[in-house]
This record gives sequence, structure tokens and C-alpha cells, in this order.
Amino acid sequence: MAVSLFYFFVFPGLLFAATIGAFLSWFDRKITARVQFRKGPPLLQPFYDFFKLLLVKETILPRHGSPLLFLLAPIFAVIGATLASVFILLPLFSINTGFKGDLLVIFYLLTIPSFSYIIGALASGNPLAAVGGSREMKLILGYEMTFILVIAGIIMKCEQHFDLNTIIQTQQEGTPFIGSISGVLLFIVAIFCIQAKLALVPFDMPEAETEITEGIFIEYSGAAYAMIKLAKYIMLFILPALIVAMLMSGFNLHGINILWAILKVLGVVLALTLIRNTNPRVKIKQAISFFMIWMNLIAVIALVLIAFGL
Amino acid sequence: MSKKTLIPIGPYHPLQEEPELFKLYCDGEIVKDIKWETGYNHRGIEKLSESKTYEQVFFLVERICGICSTSHPFAFANAVEEIVGKEITDRAKYIRSIIGELERLHSHLLWVGLAGHFLGYNTVFMWAWKYREPILDIFEMITGNRNSYAMFKVGGVRRDIEGTKIPAIQKVLDDFKKKADLLTGAVMDDPVIHARTRGVGILTKQDVIDYAAVGPTARASGLAIDIRKDDPYAAYPLVNWKVITAQAGDVFAKAEVRLLEMYESISIIEQCLEGLKKEKEGDISVKVTEIPEGTGNGRAEAPRGEVFHFVVSDGSSSPARHKIRAPSYVNIATFRKSCIGQTIADATISLAAVDPCYCCTERMAVAYDVHSGKKLMNAEELINLSVKRTNDIRDND
Repeated sequence: MAVSLFYFFVFPGLLFAATIGAFLSWFDRKITARVQFRKGPPLLQPFYDFFKLLLVKETILPRHGSPLLFLLAPIFAVIGATLASVFILLPLFSINTGFKGDLLVIFYLLTIPSFSYIIGALASGNPLAAVGGSREMKLILGYEMTFILVIAGIIMKCEQHFDLNTIIQTQQEGTPFIGSISGVLLFIVAIFCIQAKLALVPFDMPEAETEITEGIFIEYSGAAYAMIKLAKYIMLFILPALIVAMLMSGFNLHGINILWAILKVLGVVLALTLIRNTNPRVKIKQAISFFMIWMNLIAVIALVLIAFGL
Repeated sequence: MSKKTLIPIGPYHPLQEEPELFKLYCDGEIVKDIKWETGYNHRGIEKLSESKTYEQVFFLVERICGICSTSHPFAFANAVEEIVGKEITDRAKYIRSIIGELERLHSHLLWVGLAGHFLGYNTVFMWAWKYREPILDIFEMITGNRNSYAMFKVGGVRRDIEGTKIPAIQKVLDDFKKKADLLTGAVMDDPVIHARTRGVGILTKQDVIDYAAVGPTARASGLAIDIRKDDPYAAYPLVNWKVITAQAGDVFAKAEVRLLEMYESISIIEQCLEGLKKEKEGDISVKVTEIPEGTGNGRAEAPRGEVFHFVVSDGSSSPARHKIRAPSYVNIATFRKSCIGQTIADATISLAAVDPCYCCTERMAVAYDVHSGKKLMNAEELINLSVKRTNDIRDND
């Protein structure tokens, strides 16, 4: 029990994942700033942001809405993200082998933050949040199918093993999955999926600032918004970590290989950052057809290639 | 199912830099109806102008708008000079046109950046604004100010552009051309920008004529109206340039027109700089001792379209009546055509595509009661309210 609590709250759960996620958030902002000829924030800026919201700013409750759901939603988001981080990071750090079929559990846990945001948005009673919530719902419909195809591809590549530990072991003993044509295709599709999961441009329409002023998060302030930030930090770490685990042979924590592990995560985050800085926001309709048609097509091609052993 | 949601854009909203209120009545994501309220920015400039001398009015109208701060003095100068009936020197004409075109350059760049920002493409935003800086540096070099240049006066301009400054200006323009190529390429060739802006917020040529739209908004729909050609003033008849038009009438066409107009502006500036070299230095104004009785119409092509100033003079040192019409005043009305039936995402970029400028537009606001249709307050009541408030404040002290 105590060990489980430690896993959940300290390592590799809440504290660890959120801290690394905050640094990745700084990395993302700094790269963005450099691309845009700006200086960028100091290293600790994500922490300042978080603690200012948590400790200094007051939480204002919307008058028309359901306060209980509105306040619980961010907490659900953090719990969902933390649980997912435990299941993803334990096998990655070779602490616990997890259980058979944990990849599917991870898939479901990763959708919890998105659903919590929708619940919170709809509970706030704000029309802009409602528009944002409906957009997030449509977006989930768009990318979840594609994401499950990616996971199916990984499972096929790993001879029908459903657990992350075996997937990492297989890659470390052989070659990383990304070292084949189908692996590269799956990597591209997965990058776009997590771009949408993280609601980064071009898929940031649920919170489109210049259209619906942060949409789903418009009514959040203070500590409640700090919780959402926390969930976002965690997601910014564990989604790239999941890609590293599924396609790039996970982490090897012996000596100089630690640096290599860090570079892998930073590389994936860098790809996300560059995509978000070289594209305008697309419309929700375009996003759905992008995933439903093009990304699904690429994923299916990858599956066929895997069936032929490529 | 006919219940519509009200999506407010304003009074303060990240989409617009100025206070205004657009009410989008939406069914799901589709905009079914649009209404707007302006009047948050009313400053009583026309009335204020009547209490200033002609020399002072230039500084006042320059402050109507921060971005197109030369177009208003330009139109006012044209109006007053029509009353006076004196031709200004060619050197002053060239300098006026240079200032006007530099302003168009930086205003269009500003719009391109903002349009990128509205689409969530912040890289374009930052790049466009970075490239805008050298243009503002030219302004600082020749006028002393980055904005609100105070260059105009009745009968000419206040400061000369000396021959020694011309090579430096030319160098900035040469550098800028490369950056403009880069930016134009980035916007015109990006498939995602095409997907977001093509076929969005279409205004047909007939719509533009019906709503009397002006400037790039009209030119993007294939209507070649440009005050610089239609009612030539300053040095525009003296140089070679063409009116840029596009046919599609959508947001992309508006961006295209603005981006290509930047090249025309550079060409005009270069020709004016050549023209300046032929004229005698220091010959920048004619002496105007009095403004006779009469009326004058002044028009100028601002970056957003036609600016119109109407001045009535009674022979005294200040205008008896000064009427201003800014381009956004007519362009805003086209939103009924461009936004209804679009999704919210498309409507917001359509709103931004005419480059609306509310502080230019706002002259007078009257509030009506929704049910009875009566004016909520007339002038007398407003004055009484003002007196009452002032007395309250005095009493509290």
C-alpha cells in the first residue's frame, strides 16, 4: 500500500511527472520564443505560473453552473493523468513490470483529462466554454480511433503482446520499432495524435484564444486552473514518454545512456513544438477529416506493412 | 432547435485590440445572425476640432488612429488646401507620399501579423512585427517619431527629407524587400493557411458595391477603387504604380492584396526618393496666411481605404465644422454578408480580414430602448447627468 502511494504521489507519479513536465513546458516555450525571435521565459517560469495560480490567485466560481462538478473536473484530470503516468513510467524505468494488457488501460486513462475538461467546461455554464467543450468532443472522436490503430500496430509488431514492459524489452533486445518503414509511419501518426491530445496548434481549437478566449478553460481561475496546468504538465511529459516507450525502445538507465533517454524525450517534444510553430489552427471539421481520412489511411498502410513484416 | 446561443466577441476580446462588441447568434458552430455595438471609443474629436486652430487640428486628427496616423492629417490637409486653393510644392508632395506609403507598408505588415495571430499562427505574428521595426526606424529617422509623425501642415510639410538620408532609407527598403519575399512566400504557399482562408468570408463584387466598402476589402473582390488613382493627390500622379486587385473576395484574397500592395508601396517610395533628388532642398511649404470662407473635401487612401474629411471654414482660425469618415465605418457593415452562415472559426477571421479600426470609426453613439424604440437619453439629459455627476464629485471632496 505504502509503495503504491509512493508510486502515485512521488515517483514516478504526481511529483516527478509534473516536475519533468514543467521543465518540458519551459523547453517548449523557450524553443517557441527562439523561433519567434523572442528571448523566452526563465527556467523556473512554469513553477512560478503554477504556484501563483495555486497560492495567490483567488478561485472565482461561475454563478450559473454546477460548482461541484466545475471544481471536481480538474482534480479528475490530475488523477487520470497521474494514474496514466504511473502505468507508463513504471515499465519505462524498469521498476515494475506492470501487468498483461496495461497498454489498453493506459489508452483509457489518457482520455480521462480530456473528458474532465469537457465536464468542467459544460459545468461552467459559459457559452464559449460550451463551444470549446463540443469542439473537444469532436476532436476526441477524430483522433482516438487513429490512436488505437497506432497501439494496434505496436501490438502487432510485438507479436500480440499487450504489455508495455514486453514491448520495451523486445525493442531493447532487437531494434527499435521506429527503425522500419511501418515504424516511421506509426511515429508520424502518433506525433499528430498527441499533438491533438495536448491541444497544441494546429489542433488547439477547444481553447482557441482568438476565437473563443480559451474556450473550455475560460471560467477557470486560481487553484482550479492550477490543477489544469498540473494535468497539462504531466501530459506533456507522459505522452512523449509513451511514444519513446512504444517506438523508440524506451529508456536505458545505465551510465551515459541516461543522456540518450533525455534526448529522446526532448526530441519528441521538439517535434511537437516545431509543428505548433509552423502551422495555423485548423477548423474542427478539417481536423476530423485530417484524422479520419489521412491519418487513418497512413495507420492502416502501416498495419498492412507490419503484416508483411516490413 | 431554433434556440440560438449568443457568442460575444467583446467588449474586450483577444481577437480585437480595441473595445467593441460583436454579438454572434450561433446555432451550434454556425453563425446565424450578427449584430455589433460600437461606441466604447467615442472621444468627440469632431467637436474638439472646432475649438482648435488649423495648425492644432493636424495634431488632433493624427491621434484619431495610432496605426494610420498620417491618413487623417493627409485628408485634412487636402480639405483645407481645397479651401485655400494653393498648390503645394512638388518636394512637399513627394515627402507626403513617402510618409503615406511607409505608413501603408507598416500597417499592412501589422495586419499580416495579426491575421496570423488570429489563426493561431504566432510565428507569422512575431516575424511580421519584427520586419515592421526597420520601417518604424525610418520614421524615427525622418520625422523623429515612430508613430504620430507630425509631418503635415497647411501648405506643405514640417520637416524635409535631406539628400543625406536617402541612401540609408534605400538600404532599409532593399533589406525589407527580401524579408517581404520571405513573408509573402510563407503566407501564400502554406497549404494550411490556404485551407483556413480560401473560400472563407466571401464578399462578391456586388456585395462590395452594395455596402460601399472601400480599400483592400473592396479591391480583394475585384473592384479597383483607390483614391490615389480615382482622385489623385500628392505625388501619386507623378509616379508609376498600379492598383492591386484580386477576384476571389475571400480572406485569402484580402491577404494577397495587402501583401502585393506592400511591393507597390516600396516602388512608390523609391520613385518619390528619386523625385526628391531633383527638387531643391528646403522647398517644402508654401506660406498660407489665412483660410478663407468656404468648404473643402479632402480624401486620402488610408491603408484600410478611403478617409474623408469635410471642413467648413468661416474665415476664422479654426474650422466651423469638421466631419470625418473613416474607412472602417463602411467596411464593418460588410460583416453581415461575410459572417452569416460561417462557423465561428471562420467568422472571427472574416471579422479581422477587413482590418477594422474602431477608434477611427467612432463618431457618435445613440442608445435606443429595445422595446419602445425611443432614444434612451437625449442631449439635454446627458448634460444634466454630467452636471449632476460633477456636482456629486465636488460634494464628496
